[in-house]
Amino acid sequence: MSAPGSLSWFALHELRLVWRDALSMMTAGRRQRERLVAIFLISFAALMHVVAYTALEHVGKAGLHPDLPTLIAITAGLLLSGTAMLSQAMENVTRTFYTRSDLELILSSPAPAHRLFAVRIAAIGLSVSVMSLLFVGPFIDVLAWRNGPRWLAAYGVIVAVSLVATALAIVLTATLFQTIGPKRTRLVAQIFAAVIGGMFVIGLQLAAMFSTGTLSRLAFLRSDYVLTHSPPLGNAFWWPARASLGDEYAFGAVMIASLAVFLFVAGFYAPRFANYVVSAASVSRDRVRRRGSTRAFEVRPVAAALRRKELLLLARDPWLMSQSLMQLLYLLPPILLMWRSFTFGSNAASILVPVLIMAAGQLAGGLAWLTISGEDAPDLVLTAPVPRSRLLLAKIEAVIGCIAIVFAPFFLGLLIYAPALAMITAVGVEASAISACLIQLWFRAQAKRTQFRRRHTSSRIATFSEAFSSIMWAGTGAVAAAGSWLAAIVALLAIALVAGVRLLSPAQTT
Amino acid sequence: MLLGPNGAGKTTTLRMVSGLLKPDAGSISIFGIDALADPVAAKQIVGWLSDEPMIYDKLTPIEYLEFVSGLWNVETHVAEHRARDLLRWLDLEKFVDDRCETFSRGMRQKVALAGALLHEPSLIILDEPLTGLDAGSARLVKSVLADRVSKGSTVIMTTHILEIAERMADRIGVISSGRLIAEGTLAELREGLGGGNTSLEDVFLAIVERDHSDA
Repeated sequence: MSAPGSLSWFALHELRLVWRDALSMMTAGRRQRERLVAIFLISFAALMHVVAYTALEHVGKAGLHPDLPTLIAITAGLLLSGTAMLSQAMENVTRTFYTRSDLELILSSPAPAHRLFAVRIAAIGLSVSVMSLLFVGPFIDVLAWRNGPRWLAAYGVIVAVSLVATALAIVLTATLFQTIGPKRTRLVAQIFAAVIGGMFVIGLQLAAMFSTGTLSRLAFLRSDYVLTHSPPLGNAFWWPARASLGDEYAFGAVMIASLAVFLFVAGFYAPRFANYVVSAASVSRDRVRRRGSTRAFEVRPVAAALRRKELLLLARDPWLMSQSLMQLLYLLPPILLMWRSFTFGSNAASILVPVLIMAAGQLAGGLAWLTISGEDAPDLVLTAPVPRSRLLLAKIEAVIGCIAIVFAPFFLGLLIYAPALAMITAVGVEASAISACLIQLWFRAQAKRTQFRRRHTSSRIATFSEAFSSIMWAGTGAVAAAGSWLAAIVALLAIALVAGVRLLSPAQTT
Repeated sequence: MLLGPNGAGKTTTLRMVSGLLKPDAGSISIFGIDALADPVAAKQIVGWLSDEPMIYDKLTPIEYLEFVSGLWNVETHVAEHRARDLLRWLDLEKFVDDRCETFSRGMRQKVALAGALLHEPSLIILDEPLTGLDAGSARLVKSVLADRVSKGSTVIMTTHILEIAERMADRIGVISSGRLIAEGTLAELREGLGGGNTSLEDVFLAIVERDHSDA
């Protein structure tokens, strides 16, 4: 039994909260779903192992050797995981500063709060490594099974990367806090987190585009340019990759260095967290005045009023903005690719079509959840003298309007360069966005907008069908852009998928 | 005034009348309008305020009321005049351009009440409207409601504060296990229990106890 207020006591408290939170996220708060979730997790792990086995089939029995191309590929993989972990850790650290939850209770008690924060920092490190291991773990298992247990060292390397990413996230967020103040940090840190999350992938994609003229990251990593400009084999830069390959010395060095960095940062910042939390809490009580308060009072028709409300709520919520920004960020390489097509007259623009259609579906899904399910004043909207169908239609109009604004520049750009591709993109974007809206409509479940990140937990069917419908519409666009009539068949399959989802959707009575 | 023990069905009843829940059986008539057959017409003359004020944190009170005006299709010049009057009456005038996210519970409750009254409903339904309000705000809200009643509106509200019910209510309904077990003026309710000058608290407890023993 741990003594109250001790490090282990706080750790047990935290562990219980994290476990229940994770369970409620997976089961959407329904206890009868626990068995289903267990079956899903086992099936997911099995599927990931099959995927890993298939993907690594080309790796012979002799395994991988620490030559330059292998070290580059592993290092790129670690950097990819690292940026994703850094993004996730930054968001978790920001949440620790700004979400009060139980902090008021703990900070008002005589218990040493720095111990709780030390435990929370460790929990952040643990949670980000678990998320990465879920996806990377099966690949490590397959490599260990085929090429020997030395590959299991990669598990340690992932944990080491997560510790460094967490330490870096704390330093970055705390530095932002001290330099630009708690008021701006909330917004900037969240945007940073979103940008960092996509930075490495997008950076690689941009480099690939400018060197090989395609969006293939793999082609870039294998290019002569990268091989000739990389550090020599003996350089310490390759230690994490060597450690993943089972090099004992590199493994020891990586583990000790990462642990030392993490412990130093946690030890330095944990006692300061209480001050940050108090400063952040004071900021959230500040009055936020609207600029230009002399603006005329203007009553709009229902659809316009709903559209304006949704846009205002989105524009004024930095957290939701950063979540949406993350999706738009991935449009950056296609924009440059389009510019390159214009400038150099390549045919690369045709690969833009599926990318844009896919992005539209994903963005529309998120926005549709916000407008349809994420309603903070449901009573107000439901008691209004407007038919339910009119209200829902107005909300869908708001989403489609936003999508049209975001994708119009792409459409216009393509229209000048390749009118046929522009038309295919327009139809695909509309179809993908409408499908995502319909799925969100059929699976709507009233929730607070702050639960945006957890919207996927309310219905797995909605989540997967939304993703599959975007993929199928993107496929339709790709086949149509290639000039094949088979696009009609893919489109019919996409429609059939959406119709099938309708049959699976719960009845909506209120 | 609708009174009843916890879980008696007061909020459920009010939510059905407001069009937020569908009854399994029965009918709802609001000033002659069948609320189940023509919910849009019924909603046009009803104003609803929940016990948990639901407003948009990122909007200012005036933006919130602008949005409400759009939902109830109130003309711009009329809506603006009413919105500013309501915000002044409810002592929110100096917060007109502040976002609601920084408001206290009482201030949020007042913004939500302004939204419920903006279209001048004939029937105002309020679920525990005075919860979380300080004495000054509670008095303001009561005076605004009294003003509406004097202009011909009907107010149905629930409360657990029986002193308020005793002072404000013209008629009192007592609900238990989803059934209306007593209804009338305070004098009529006292009469039903054999007369006397007992307080509403005593009357209410006696009615509920009698119902429990009958069941």
